[in-house]
Amino acid sequence: MGLLDRLRWKRDKIASVLFLLPSVILVGIFVYGFIGWTGLVSLSNWNRLLPDYTLVGLRNYFKLFIHPRFQIDMHNLAVFTGLFVTSSLVIGFLLAILLDRRIRGEGIFRTIYLYPMSLSFIVTGVVWRWLLNPGSPQMGSAGINQLLDRLGLDFLKSGWYTDPRIGIIAVAIAAIWQMSGYVMALYLAGLRSIPEELREAARVDGASELQVYRYVVLPFLRPVTLGAVIILGHISLKVYDLIVAMTGPGIGFSCDVPAYFMWESAFHANRFARGAAIAIILLLMVSLLIVPYLIHSLRREAQV
Amino acid sequence: MTRIELKIKTERRAPHGRRRTIRSLVGRAAIYFMLSAFAVFYLVPVYVLVVTGLKSFEEASLYRMWELPSNPSLESFRKALLGGFGFEGIAPNLKNSLMITIPAALGSALLGSLNGYVLTKWRFRGSNALFTLMLFGMFIPYQSVLIPLVQSLMKLGLYGTIPGIILVHIVYGIPITTLIFRNYYATVPTELVEAAKVDGAGILGIYRRVMLPLSWPGFVVAMIWQFTSIWNDFLFAVTIVQDPLVQPVTVALNNLAGSFIVEWNVQMAGALLAALPTLLVYIFLGRYFMRGLLAGSLKG
Repeated sequence: MGLLDRLRWKRDKIASVLFLLPSVILVGIFVYGFIGWTGLVSLSNWNRLLPDYTLVGLRNYFKLFIHPRFQIDMHNLAVFTGLFVTSSLVIGFLLAILLDRRIRGEGIFRTIYLYPMSLSFIVTGVVWRWLLNPGSPQMGSAGINQLLDRLGLDFLKSGWYTDPRIGIIAVAIAAIWQMSGYVMALYLAGLRSIPEELREAARVDGASELQVYRYVVLPFLRPVTLGAVIILGHISLKVYDLIVAMTGPGIGFSCDVPAYFMWESAFHANRFARGAAIAIILLLMVSLLIVPYLIHSLRREAQV
Repeated sequence: MTRIELKIKTERRAPHGRRRTIRSLVGRAAIYFMLSAFAVFYLVPVYVLVVTGLKSFEEASLYRMWELPSNPSLESFRKALLGGFGFEGIAPNLKNSLMITIPAALGSALLGSLNGYVLTKWRFRGSNALFTLMLFGMFIPYQSVLIPLVQSLMKLGLYGTIPGIILVHIVYGIPITTLIFRNYYATVPTELVEAAKVDGAGILGIYRRVMLPLSWPGFVVAMIWQFTSIWNDFLFAVTIVQDPLVQPVTVALNNLAGSFIVEWNVQMAGALLAALPTLLVYIFLGRYFMRGLLAGSLKG
């Protein structure tokens, strides 16, 4: 390498760092810096409008764990996540294998299943609040309940989000409506990447269609399932907009979640330290899901 | 040899006899029935939105939700846009959403493209680790940055302003756009870059003359993805922008729907109007939307 080449190489090396620099600085401050700052607030005594950074240790966390509303929120979040993730996976997988059977009009079906994904949770919430309005004893059933009446399925009727026992389930139904098509798209892409010879070989070996799915298709789709669980899981832990638009915290906090409690604590009640503590707990939960996945993909790439 | 075998297999699999034909026909019918039933489930909310939006106040009731409008009119849409007795319309907020979404989508796509370029064609020690650290920003619950964000924007004089919220969307869009462009540039042959280097082109020259002209599919995917997520954002907007005249349409719609004065038909018309831009993007550019979706889920 001549001197000129070496100089140029060096110049480009420096330039490449300069290209990345704006993004690295912005992400460094707005993601990592702000998370650290929030962590600091969560350890402070800032529970009124003006900042107060007197450190109080983990007091905000301890108080939170015995706070009745927070306990209900965590319980709701568990119910919501369980129902939302499993139902979306099952519906998405079912739709994908049905669509994979050389369906006429596949494009139209796919478009219909996936369009809710392009909508805002606010729009979804506004519509589903109406659809799942149970009606009143005087006026009779409304919305979905009325439809169930007419179909002779009135045993499925429910108070939906007005019933404190199942409020959060009603919210999950709307979320499943919005996201299950996305899982369908993921699985369909996965199914299409399975070489046809593989399935054919299993059939030649005498596998029934069910066994082909059990022993060839499902193992092949395992990474897709993992990816879908991670995406759905982190969406679920962050759910906020949908609840704002659809129900609010509900009767006895039956539709409340930590993200909602966080926002109210910080920006309505000026209890910034408590809000920050909830936010950090949410972040830790999301990290438990995401960090192993990110490290795994980093390692896998290093091997290539 | 293999071809012959395959032929035999397909012949063996072909349905023989009437019984089998009928069974497979019934099976096909069942599949189409299930697919259609799900299609109805996904379409019900749109039916209600459209039908109710076309109704008058008298007809738009909880108990007549499923009925078609007897006298369809666009009056509710007019009211939703321009406002009515005791409430403001969402027309200015639709404009705000556009003014926020377009520059923010462009800005984050541009930064993503620079990052993707360096991270694929000018890799250095630790560049993968750096990328992973950036990617983490895509998954965080934004609640964990909101308090410092509000404090900082206030200090910078950007709190409650459109430039402020544009900045926020650009910054938090960097991880996903970087991911999209990194995946995209990985498919551009490195030989092209090497050849340009031999010809004496520098890092900027290669980006401008080799990469950018090839980049439009990446930009389409990144822009569509960002357009959709920024248009649909509620959390940042409701936290950062308090002034109803500056708020984007998601916040305005939530206010409209939360008000007891506003009629159901106007709420539904408003929801449809707020949904329309992203819906149209999805319907007409669905192919690219899908690519963004898959990029967001399955790493390259």
